[in-house]
Amino acid sequence: MQTVMISPAELDALIEKWQTYYAVYVPALAKPAAATTDWAPGWRRFVEGEPLILPVGPTPASVKTFYFPQPETLLSFSLEENHPDKGAMREPVKSQGMQVVLGVRPCDAASVLLNQLPFIEDPLYMANCQRTALVGFTCTSRLSTCFCTEMGGSPLHSAGLDLALSSLEDGFILEVLSEKGEILVAGCNLVPASASDMAGLTARRQGAAPGDSVQLQLLRSCALNRLYEAPMWQALGEACINCGACTFICPTCFCFDIQDEVVQGQGRRIRYWDSCMFPLYSQHTSGHNPRGKKLQRTRNRFLHKLKYFPDRFGPFSCVGCGRCIGDCPVNIDIREVLSDLVRCTELE
Amino acid sequence: MISFMPYPVRIEDIVVETEDGSLKTFTLAFEQERHRKGWQHVPGQFVMLSVAGAGEAPVGLASSPTEETLLCTVNRAGMVTTALHQLKVGDRLGLRGPLGNGFPLDGEMKGKNIVMIAGGFAVTILRAALMAVLARRQDYGRVTFIYGARSPGMLLYQQELRQWAQRGDIDLYVTIDREAPGWAGLVGFVPTIAAQVAPSPENSVALICGPPIMIKFTMPPLEAIGWKDEQVYLSLENRMKCGQGLCCHCNVGPTLVCKDGPVFTRAQVKRLPMEY
Repeated sequence: MQTVMISPAELDALIEKWQTYYAVYVPALAKPAAATTDWAPGWRRFVEGEPLILPVGPTPASVKTFYFPQPETLLSFSLEENHPDKGAMREPVKSQGMQVVLGVRPCDAASVLLNQLPFIEDPLYMANCQRTALVGFTCTSRLSTCFCTEMGGSPLHSAGLDLALSSLEDGFILEVLSEKGEILVAGCNLVPASASDMAGLTARRQGAAPGDSVQLQLLRSCALNRLYEAPMWQALGEACINCGACTFICPTCFCFDIQDEVVQGQGRRIRYWDSCMFPLYSQHTSGHNPRGKKLQRTRNRFLHKLKYFPDRFGPFSCVGCGRCIGDCPVNIDIREVLSDLVRCTELE
Repeated sequence: MISFMPYPVRIEDIVVETEDGSLKTFTLAFEQERHRKGWQHVPGQFVMLSVAGAGEAPVGLASSPTEETLLCTVNRAGMVTTALHQLKVGDRLGLRGPLGNGFPLDGEMKGKNIVMIAGGFAVTILRAALMAVLARRQDYGRVTFIYGARSPGMLLYQQELRQWAQRGDIDLYVTIDREAPGWAGLVGFVPTIAAQVAPSPENSVALICGPPIMIKFTMPPLEAIGWKDEQVYLSLENRMKCGQGLCCHCNVGPTLVCKDGPVFTRAQVKRLPMEY
């Protein structure tokens, strides 16, 4: 894998070249006038000649939508009366085309790797991984809600990206990080990055050391019961209105519902994003609900990210993008939840 | 590998099990030979049954792999099971599975005395376990089967209950909640009968399936005579969608009922948060 220099003009030319072969998406900073097939929530197709503008911090919507689109068709069937195969379930036809997502931040790139842990055996998710290339920009500044470093990440990380761009005074260092990345830059005559530029990037990265903080280590080694029974959930459960906004904008929330949808005799089974904040999520057909209380649902979301997921897979299921902090209507801050939990681990 | 594509199956037979018609047993046959040949399951496992247009619902398998046919006894409760109940012999269904872990018939149960305690229609998966035990009767010790329902008309598998009673190698106790005309058998709630029967915990394993309230009151008399939580197997249920440990719906704390269960020892269940 190579590390090269690329000027803004060369980058523009490269993106225009991708445009002829692949579907190229960029962050949509404004809501599109109408939903079209060239659109994914929070993202839009790149238009030639338009400047690429990235927000400070994470993009408005996470890249989850490219790997785990909603809805995703699981199978299709016909319920037409005279159909010879009425009710027979057929494999869905999946799009094969490559898509390039441009403007991805390191936090979102890390989320793709985290979500692969549960989805590694899911053929639909993994097929989307195969056909999606992530071109990311490391962060030069951060929002007040950004906390990737607290979650063991870094604004300069490149893990999960196929191409990583880090800005210099007069251009970018472009790191080619995967086979997909190699394909994207194939045929370009780009100058290898100078030793001093590479050393500069390495030095900056060392400043933001990754890994579990002391806080995270405490949480990791604490028994579940202590965290589950912590008194803090009472106040948090009262504050949370269970709107589910945090779960939908979260790059690492991945639970889903499955339903059948029939339109004029043609049916399909779809999966789409769900939220453990909703009472119906866990309600039995009998009416019994194991998480019937708001407190229980609020606790479930945070403990899933900070205890259940790490217990099962290793890493914490949070990349510190801070989207949920910005969008929560009642100002719940996962960083405060985290430090309150850590305090619980220290109480005797 | 995770899959959402059900096997196509046809309904070969339907038996209305209970007097109120709320429970029907469906005999299912794979449409494709390769699916039938490749099928293997363990009693205690479940499947996702799907009716195109209505959706999928988890249903415990009522038959043992030692039987020729695949049986599912379905309680009419929600959208999918209501749609299922309207189907006729010959109609097509989807079946995904087998899912979950099942009872340890070849593990901790082997060579032991087996006590099965069932309340209501939770008896379906214990029927599967009992049929597997009977198919290899010499592999197990004493077999005690305690089964209770609200009324005689709510008892499932009535013909088989009579056959089991005549075998002589099962201690069978069938009870109904209240006196009923024409009923000459036991009367009383399952916990009461279990306390009277008082099966010895020595070299024994118990499988208990029923409503939570029944399990709650069945345990104290068993504990009083020495039963330990590690010897008692329960089957949990929670709302499920994927059945393969991915969609997160059925989580009880860090545990996924569909993938880590649905069968757990009572000791394991006690360590979980009360989210089931």
